[in-house]
Parts: sequence; structure tokens; C-alpha cells
Amino acid sequence: MFELLGIPPQALFGQLLLGLINGSFYALLSLGLAVIFGLLNIINFSHGAQYMMGAFVAWMLLTYTGINYWWALLIVPIVVGATGVVIERLMISRLYHLDHLYGLLLTFGLALIIQGLFRNQYGVSGLPYSIPAELSGGTNLGFMFLPNYRAWVVVASVVVCFATWFAIEKTRLGAYLRAATENPTLVGAFGINVPRMITLTYGFGVALAALAGVLAAPIYSVNPNMGADLIIVVFAVVVIGGMGSILGAILTGFGLGIVEGLTRVFYPEGSAVVIFVIMAIVLLVKPAGLFGRTP
Amino acid sequence: MTMPTETGYRSQAAALPVGTPRHHMVIFAVLLVVLLLAPAVLYPVFLMKVLCFALFASALNLLLGFGGLLSFGHAAFFGLSSYVAAYAAKSWGLNPEIAILLGVAAASVLGLAIGVLAIRRQGIYFAMVTLAFAQMVFFFALQAPFTGGEDGIQAVPRGRLFGLIDLSADLTLYFVVLAIVFGALLLIYRIIHSPFGQVLKAIRDNEPRSISLGYKVHRYKLAVFVMSAALAGLAGATKAIVFQLASLTDVYWTMSGEVVLMTLLGGMGTVFGPLVGAAAIVTMQNYFAGFGAWVTVLQGVIFVASVLLFREGIVGVLAKWLKKPL
Repeated sequence: MFELLGIPPQALFGQLLLGLINGSFYALLSLGLAVIFGLLNIINFSHGAQYMMGAFVAWMLLTYTGINYWWALLIVPIVVGATGVVIERLMISRLYHLDHLYGLLLTFGLALIIQGLFRNQYGVSGLPYSIPAELSGGTNLGFMFLPNYRAWVVVASVVVCFATWFAIEKTRLGAYLRAATENPTLVGAFGINVPRMITLTYGFGVALAALAGVLAAPIYSVNPNMGADLIIVVFAVVVIGGMGSILGAILTGFGLGIVEGLTRVFYPEGSAVVIFVIMAIVLLVKPAGLFGRTP
Repeated sequence: MTMPTETGYRSQAAALPVGTPRHHMVIFAVLLVVLLLAPAVLYPVFLMKVLCFALFASALNLLLGFGGLLSFGHAAFFGLSSYVAAYAAKSWGLNPEIAILLGVAAASVLGLAIGVLAIRRQGIYFAMVTLAFAQMVFFFALQAPFTGGEDGIQAVPRGRLFGLIDLSADLTLYFVVLAIVFGALLLIYRIIHSPFGQVLKAIRDNEPRSISLGYKVHRYKLAVFVMSAALAGLAGATKAIVFQLASLTDVYWTMSGEVVLMTLLGGMGTVFGPLVGAAAIVTMQNYFAGFGAWVTVLQGVIFVASVLLFREGIVGVLAKWLKKPL
């Protein structure tokens, strides 16, 4: 068997795949954050908790009602997105005239409430969610063994990210959205209901987080803390990429996932912090972020 | 709705006037008397916990309320300092005052390193950057050989102050902690009312104008960041000596959130708000200690209620009511 830089190819490609999987989640979550930030100007701290909710609602659907994974992919984002709409209407909408930091503090509080409630109900040990039968097993690619479900996660994430990018950059609705980001007053004067658009945008961002949660349920164990640490890494991803561009958020997410995977091969001790180190370097070299507009 | 701008937080509370109002001195004096008598009624260890968190929250408030910078990673300084102090007291057998000073030094150095990077961004980005770096410190504390991993550093000796005074009795230690915390609170008060503090408030309220007036805004921000980190470190190191323990809880992001909550609840940008906030949250935690994650839920509810209903905080509301800055 050949070796690359003294690393067996199975290990290398295995970690690369793992990095790509993590990157899929970074991309989906930072995309949601970027979409919300673009229109609402707030950082949605409860994004990680809403991702966790997505995984839990999928688990509940399967356990209590027998609704399978494929329906969960459709139902969960709608249900969790609806809770996002309620939160935006009842709470976040009251803060738009204030400093953006209050939005951060409010959503941090919401994250604590959501995580605390789930921890009370389900404890901290993970709940199992099995891989759907259609995607169990794997494919032998010759140089490595590719589990089908993981391949599906990467493909699904790429498709969803691309669809979101297309919807925002290439459609009429997306044009309204981008216009409202630039100048909400003017867009409102053209007869477009900007407050409703803001509400639905938040709902959509939350739905993206929930979708990521459903995709994650069969890979990671479903537990109340699954989103808490992940969201901090995603914040670092967002700082590195800059939130100015949708495509930038997607590319940074996948890219950093792969970098993290490679670090796990060559310097395992550093894999937990490599993204934070990259963030430090980016702050030194290009403070606005790789794809950010200079302030 | 405006374009996404990166502005610092502006205090909602009544602006503090130039100079030191006399009623502040009266409040400080009353506070000192109350705290000196308090151990007769309340358990000293509980009081020391309140004092440590009051200092921690005041350190954050110096940065947030007066510098306009929201750090979501202050647990890094609090936690690192408590690890250093605990290690110095236990493994090197140093006196508590030296151990605490080493902790403060470590927190200051870390504050300088993180501050240099973090002040390159503002507003919510600043919050995210500090949070991310604090998480890095958390991973360091989890993996480093001398931190004891999940167990932390336990059974830290309280030792003898200056090699003379035995601190193993709670009451003796209480008066030492009171002296440390009260001294630090007066120092923070002095910083706020110094010319440096006035420039800081000017930067918070209007950064472009401060720049055009010729102030080196970045230096002021970095200076206040390091001061805040050092004071948070003082709180963390003192707590490590009091509880004879340094653990991962002290350096985790939940701790950063807690201290933000204390400051928010008490009143950002007020002198006495963080003290009230810390006392309220520590009491609440003690009271609900047996209810598991309900403490987290309740903290979240207080966060949401504070942001939606009274952004000035308890002391901010009082100050408005009394028409006096507190």
C-alpha cells in the first residue's frame, strides 16, 4: 500500500471526509447566520440551540409518532422555523431601534432557556437516531470506505447551500431581500412589506439550522449540548469569512472543515483550536474577514 | 433599520458627571460598614463568593459600560488566573498573595494578547472574537498537563498571608477578601473618573469624533481591555484561594455569559450595578442549586426579561428614579 507523507491513505481520506462533514455543518450554520445578519443586523446566538432543536424534533417525530427521517427533513425545518417566526415577532422585533448587541444578549438568553429545558427533559446523555435504511452501508472506493450516509450529508449540504445562494442572488425575491438589506425604507416605499420579509428571513435562517440538526442526528448523538460548542466554532468561521457574502460563508465553512480534518491527521492535538488560530491570523492580516467588505 | 454599522454599546443609564459626586462616597462607606458586619448574619463563604463575582462583574462593566466593548470571553481571564493561582499555591507552595499576583499577571498577559487581536473588530464581531478566543483557552485548560483536565486543581491550600496570617478560618479569609475586592472596586471607581475614563466614555459615545480630536482610540481600548482582564484575573485568583479549587467551569463560556448577565441585570455603565447584579445572581444560584438545569433556564429568562423590559438594569432604574447617577 502506498503512503502519503508517512500517513496511510485510509487515515488521510478518512479525516478529510470527516472534515468535509464538519465543513458541511459549518457552511449550513454560518449561511443561516449570514442570511439573518444581512437583514436583521443581529447575531443569532440561539442558532446552536435551534440546530439542537432540529435534531431533537426529528428524534421526537421518530420516537413518538413513527415519522421517518425523510419526512423529518421536510417537517422539522418548518416546525422549528415557525418557532423562529414567533420569537422574531414577539421579542427580536422590539429591539431593531437599539444597539445590535441587545439582539445578541436576547438570543443568548433564549439559547440558555432552550438548552436548559431540553436538559431537564432528556438529560445530558445522547439519544440514538439510526441512519435511514436507504442510506445505511457504504461504498468501497478502492482507496477508502465511504459510508453512504456521510456522502449524502455532504451532497445535501452542498445542494441546500447552492439553492440558498441561487435564491438570494438570482431570483426576484432575493433581489428584494438584498435591496432591503441596503435600504429598508426605500424598499418599503415601493410597497414591499419589509417587516414581514424580516420575520420570514429569520424563520428561514432558523429553518436552515434545524435542517442541519436533522442531518446531524444520525451522525452525532442527539443531546442538549450538541449545538453549544459548535456555535462558537461557527462564530469563528463567520469572523474568518466575514458576513458580507453568502458564497463567502459557504466556501469558508467547507474550507475550514477540511483544514480541521487535515490538522487532525498531521497534528491531532491542534485540531480543536486550529480554527481559532486561523481566526487570529485573519484578524491580523485582513480584519474584515476573507470575504468581508472593508468597514 | 440602518446599514450594518459597527458601533460600540451606548449606555442607557443616566450619564455620570465629571468629578466624584459626594453620595457615591456615602454609598461606598455604608457598603463597607454593611460588609464588615455581614458575616455576623450570613455565611462567610457565600459572602466571599458574592464579593469575587461582584469584582468580576465590575471588571467586565469597566470594559462594557464605560468602554462600550462587549466581551463574551471574560471567563478566559477569570479561569486562567484561577488555574495559575491554584497551581502556584499548591504545587509551588507559594503564599496566597504571591499566587494571586501571579494569576493577575497571567490574566494581564492573556488580556494583552487577545486584546490586540480583538480590538481590530467592533460591536458584535468583538463579542464573537472574544468568545472564540475564550473557547481556545478552554481547550487549553482541558488538555494542558498541569490543569488536571476534568478534575481541575483541587485541595488548593489557603496558606498564610505574607507567611504570617493563617487563612484557613473562613472569617479571617473573609476580611482579606473584603480588603482585596473593596480596594479593587475603589480602583475601578478611580479609573472611571480619571481623565483616562473620560476619554474612554468619549470613545464609547462617539468614536469618529474622538479620533478626529486626536485620541489614539486603539490604545485606549487596548488599555481598558488589559485592565479589565487583570481585574477579572484578580477575581478568579481570589476565588481559587477561597474555594481551594480551579475547575473547567471557571473558564467555560457559560461563565462568560453569567458575568455578562450580572452586569446587565445590575445595570451596565453604573458604578454599583454589577455589585447588585452579582449578589442577585449568586443568591439565585445558591437558592436553586438543587434544581439542576432550571438554574440555566432561569438565567435565560432573566436575560430575556432584562433585555426586553429593563435595559437600564436594577441600579439604572433606581438611578433614574432618584435622578442621581449611581
